[in-house]
Amino acid sequence: MRPLSLLNPGERGTVCRVQGIHSTLRQRLLELGLISGTAVEVVCFAPLGDPMEVRVNGYRLSLRRKEAEAILVHEENR
Amino acid sequence: MIQLEKSRTRVRQIAIIGNPNSGKSTLFNALTGLRQKVGNYPGVTVEKKEGRIPIDDTSEAVIIDLPGAYSLTPNSPDEQIAIDILLGKSPQSSPIDIVICTIDASNLERNLYLATQIIDWQIPVILALTMLDVAEKLGIRIDTSVLSHELGVQVVPVNALQGTGINELKKALAGDYHPFPRKRVWRLPEIVEEELDELTALLERHESLSSAEALHQAIHLLSSNNGLLNDETLSREIVNHVQKDRERLDFLEIDRQAVFVESRYAWIKHVCSKSVTNTMAPPLSFSDRVDRIVLHRVWGYVIFLGLMAVLFQSVFAWATLPMEWISSGFDWIGRKVVEVMPPGDLRNLTVNGALSGVSAVVVFLPQILFLFLFLGLLEDSGYMARAAFLMDRLMSKVGLHGKSFIPLLSSFACAIPGIMATRTIDSPKDRLATMLVAPLMSCSARLPVYTLLISAFVPGVMVAGIFSLSGLTLLSLYLFGLITALVMAWLFKKTFLRGAPPAFLLELPPYRRPSMKSILLQMWERSRLFLKQAGTFILGVSIVLWFLASYPRLKDGSPSEQLKQSFAGQAGQFIEPLIQPLGFDWKIGIGLIGSILQREVFVSTMGTIYNIQNTNLEEGSISLREQLQRERDPVTGKPTFTLLTALCLMVYYMLAMQCLSTVAVMRRETNGWKWPLFQIGYMTLLAYGATFIVYRGGLMLSLGD
Repeated sequence: MRPLSLLNPGERGTVCRVQGIHSTLRQRLLELGLISGTAVEVVCFAPLGDPMEVRVNGYRLSLRRKEAEAILVHEENR
Repeated sequence: MIQLEKSRTRVRQIAIIGNPNSGKSTLFNALTGLRQKVGNYPGVTVEKKEGRIPIDDTSEAVIIDLPGAYSLTPNSPDEQIAIDILLGKSPQSSPIDIVICTIDASNLERNLYLATQIIDWQIPVILALTMLDVAEKLGIRIDTSVLSHELGVQVVPVNALQGTGINELKKALAGDYHPFPRKRVWRLPEIVEEELDELTALLERHESLSSAEALHQAIHLLSSNNGLLNDETLSREIVNHVQKDRERLDFLEIDRQAVFVESRYAWIKHVCSKSVTNTMAPPLSFSDRVDRIVLHRVWGYVIFLGLMAVLFQSVFAWATLPMEWISSGFDWIGRKVVEVMPPGDLRNLTVNGALSGVSAVVVFLPQILFLFLFLGLLEDSGYMARAAFLMDRLMSKVGLHGKSFIPLLSSFACAIPGIMATRTIDSPKDRLATMLVAPLMSCSARLPVYTLLISAFVPGVMVAGIFSLSGLTLLSLYLFGLITALVMAWLFKKTFLRGAPPAFLLELPPYRRPSMKSILLQMWERSRLFLKQAGTFILGVSIVLWFLASYPRLKDGSPSEQLKQSFAGQAGQFIEPLIQPLGFDWKIGIGLIGSILQREVFVSTMGTIYNIQNTNLEEGSISLREQLQRERDPVTGKPTFTLLTALCLMVYYMLAMQCLSTVAVMRRETNGWKWPLFQIGYMTLLAYGATFIVYRGGLMLSLGD
């Protein structure tokens, strides 16, 4: 299990849990579909290294590494 | 007939809500067209777009466009406004009869999250299924009748761009019977379900809430960790009950916050599994391919800067021709008036006061139209979110985030929509910092001032063969405004707006063909407001100024002596000592006083006072630009306006807060006078200081000759 922020572009995983951030932000992440069992894929990082773009439930979300650190994912076996 | 008239008065209140980028505004435009009103100018406290339309022979509806929201858990002021209006809590609006919720078919699950929350509130709701063509390309097929059956609400597929489904939607709105959605059907894990039912019943009984309100309140109480002891709205009994519930669920290691969201999504997934078929694995979409270039580490910024450069170059170059048409149109009217009217004060007032003042401002309409066209295209196509993505790292360096970039970019058009766009920023401190610096962005009202001075005093040479020096000067004015805004934001965030770095969560919507109808509507609305202001405020100011600049009359004396002795001249001379360190004379002083309330008045003021000085109309009117170039100091015979004066004036106008409308919007958005006054203060100091430095520096470089 790794934080989403450590995945490389193109890598996929399944959300395990969201933890260690303010509850308002956590609520927002959950409501955007980042709940346990959701498949995520890192699309790319912004040219300056931050933020990152993630594919969730068929749409694309950008978030900073700092927030992505709070999202723990099971990596997909390759 | 009387019967008909009577029933016509029945007006339904209909709100459109939906996720950002779900085609909400396009649908609103398709429904209301030119009947919409945007209330965002001083005196109008309505904070929403609405339009009144007939929906059938007997009834009308007021359609209200609410800000985009992902859920009914408010995370930003924007979402709070949407929720308050939806639930009838806003004092400014009537209760909502029917809600239209736009659902992006290509992104069904997340869009249904908001929809199911509205269903839980048991407000009559119609789902407008949008983007079906996009979904089709991704291999997603939706059976709308199954979807409608599963959710228990009406579902209408629409394509607002092509206009299909709009009549069906109107028919659905017109019907007499709008069923209330059934009670919550989604289920939680058994133990949570028990607690929720118990608490809901308790709230209904003790706090006399409706069942929908009680459910909402119960979910909120159980899922959050907010302190209850200080909550005076709840009875002792409820507080004790909630505390026990929370302890019990925590003991069972149930994630109270996540369980409600997950259970709702579980139901949504169940609904989707019945109504959606995926015909193929989603192909690499068009947006993905475009993003590989647009978000590329090198090409991304090349494209970004290129777009910005094209924007400014075109505003400057393409708008020239229509501007010349407008200006020669006004000249023609002026000549006709001179032919028809007998010479005298009335003719002077009409031609030199009213006409020249108004034409000096109206002439900038094409530039404003181009600017709004460009910003509309960027926003509607989906590029704006990419710009925020690219700029976030830079914005975070000054303590803001990428979302602040969009309000700042909109402020290039006008600080008012820019300040209103800050509502999408979640953190209050970031929002305030963004609002405070937004008026430093060179808005379209500065454009007339810049354009006049650049065209008169910046040599029209070409740089590198393709860019004109005047275009580059304009670009650098915009850049300096932007840099100043960023530095000030950094300063504010370092001092009195210190706080944790904000979160950045932004959806990158698929690229879409912009809706020309939406963009044209917005351009029409902007130009209407602009012309209305020119026809009222600026016309009034021009007439008053003509009087102030023409009276008291001298028996004999040259026109320039006359101007000097006039009320306006005296006022200008009164503040001359204050502005002399900036290299400005009393004539510019008149312009500065005139533009305290509205900066573009400077141009019309100059138009009026120079026309008064130059009353020998037989010579044919010469443009204001030429008058400024010809203007000589009566004593030394040197030109009054030099390149340096023009630069100083542009720097002053770049940084000063000269906009009554912005002050009014700031007051409204910050709920008081404190921040608008602070803003006026710091911007005036900044403008004065910077102009002083530029003037002194310029003198040393002997730019003033």
